[in-house]
Amino acid sequence: MNPFHYQRPMNVTAAIQAVSPNSKFLAGGTNLIDLMKNGVERPAELIDINRAGFAAIEPQPDGGLRLGAAARNSDTANFPMVRYQYPLLARAILSGASPQLRNRATNGGNLMQRTRCPYFMDVAFPQCNKRAPGTGCGAIGGLNRMHAIFGASPDCIAVQPSDMCVALTALDAVVRVRGPNGERRIPIGDFHRLPGNTPQVDTNLKPDELIISIDLPRSPYAAHSCYLKIRDRASYEFALVSVAAALDTDGETIHSARIVLGGVAHKPWRVQRAEQTLTGRKPSLELFARAADDAVADAKPYRQNAFKVELARRAVARALGTAGGLE
Amino acid sequence: MNGSLEDDLRPPVPDLTRRECVSALGAASAAAGLDLAAVAGLAAPAEAASPAQTVLVAVRINNTKHDLTIDPRLTLLDLLREHLGLTGTKKGCDHGQCGACTVLLNGNRINSCLTLAACVDGDRIETIEGIGKGGTLDPVQSAFVDADAFQCGYCTPGQICSAVALLSEARRGDASFVTKDLAQLGAVDLTDSEVRERMSGNICRCGAYPQIVRAVRIAEEQETSR
Repeated sequence: MNPFHYQRPMNVTAAIQAVSPNSKFLAGGTNLIDLMKNGVERPAELIDINRAGFAAIEPQPDGGLRLGAAARNSDTANFPMVRYQYPLLARAILSGASPQLRNRATNGGNLMQRTRCPYFMDVAFPQCNKRAPGTGCGAIGGLNRMHAIFGASPDCIAVQPSDMCVALTALDAVVRVRGPNGERRIPIGDFHRLPGNTPQVDTNLKPDELIISIDLPRSPYAAHSCYLKIRDRASYEFALVSVAAALDTDGETIHSARIVLGGVAHKPWRVQRAEQTLTGRKPSLELFARAADDAVADAKPYRQNAFKVELARRAVARALGTAGGLE
Repeated sequence: MNGSLEDDLRPPVPDLTRRECVSALGAASAAAGLDLAAVAGLAAPAEAASPAQTVLVAVRINNTKHDLTIDPRLTLLDLLREHLGLTGTKKGCDHGQCGACTVLLNGNRINSCLTLAACVDGDRIETIEGIGKGGTLDPVQSAFVDADAFQCGYCTPGQICSAVALLSEARRGDASFVTKDLAQLGAVDLTDSEVRERMSGNICRCGAYPQIVRAVRIAEEQETSR
């Protein structure tokens, strides 16, 4: 691990003031410390925000819920209102990592976690535009079984690995961030970005901004949702494909729907075209199969991950069936 | 020629245990002027900032208070093993993928390899050395013996710390990915599939999983019948 200067501000204002050009915020550390051990991240300064507050989870007057960015993943998944009103989020968080990691990992850190692309994770690989801009992408012509089938670029085909963010996207979450000039609110769909020709930039968070909370609006999806995660082993593994499916329905008509895919793109991949296929119609397995076809219509697989297209199609159909109570 | 190759390979002090031998080597290294930080994999690269920053940490480990001055790069795992001699906690992958380094932080299980020691200032740590009181095995430890829940034993301290935390999580009603009804908040019915999911952060390379699941269930039964 490279030498760094360490400081531990006791509040958010001090944390933001501590930012310097090559500093990093340290929360749970479950991703950052690992990357520092690998030499992928080499910050000159670590700003430990574990004592800076903003870990509360607070119901809001409008029926929504504010998740403190420094709240631990395990505390968030088990917060009673999350289990009652946002079971999709609880299930997605609980599908990720292990109990030990979820006890340390924070909500803000989950949003900021980096890809597990092996070409990014291992500095012995000479090519990775995300780690070393301009060196090329090792995955495009190499090992790409785990990689993107949507939204990739000739410079990067890595995927964002979070489960939590897939559910947050289906739940229309808003990320509240604070910088030297005050606060702003970023809809979760605009928080992560596609790689384009700057894959080294994962998100639209500015370097001097800190995530303060993740705000959930009141959800119409509590009764009909499903987080389906397909992976190489039964637990403690990243998704090959995951699906957050959520329906607002009385059984006769679907009033609104959310379908978001994980493990398939550089950001949680919401498929609005498939959502529109469902809206205003009566739930049925035939309808869900049509929506699943629409969900993967734009997929562009690589040499080793063509299986993900069919896997995603079937996963969407199955998740909708479960969410709709038809399977 | 004096002495065969075989003679040269004979251990110099055959009466030492493995741990004593490793400790003796460590002491010899220190005496030879080796930096303990370098032994712990913290060798500073060429651009090392000078002078190196140190951080003060006050932490309670197995109910003993420690006031420490440490390198901010030191992980909790290396603090326990290399500086405090608490070698029960094991270094497996050192990347949060195996669970061998599991300890309890303020009662919650964590991977000590991914936690900087600087971050646990003011906290309470419990390691495998603190599980079981005064020479009496904890019910989880007894259950691991009764169920023969290990082969080589390297992952076992982490498995046991993890299982101890699992039981308290289940008592207070924490859900897992396989919990059917998330809206039901009471104590968890620890089925085999619940135990397997909740222990998935601890890898056992010998594959003692069926016995580990049984050990956790035995420990739970003993707990509830007490």
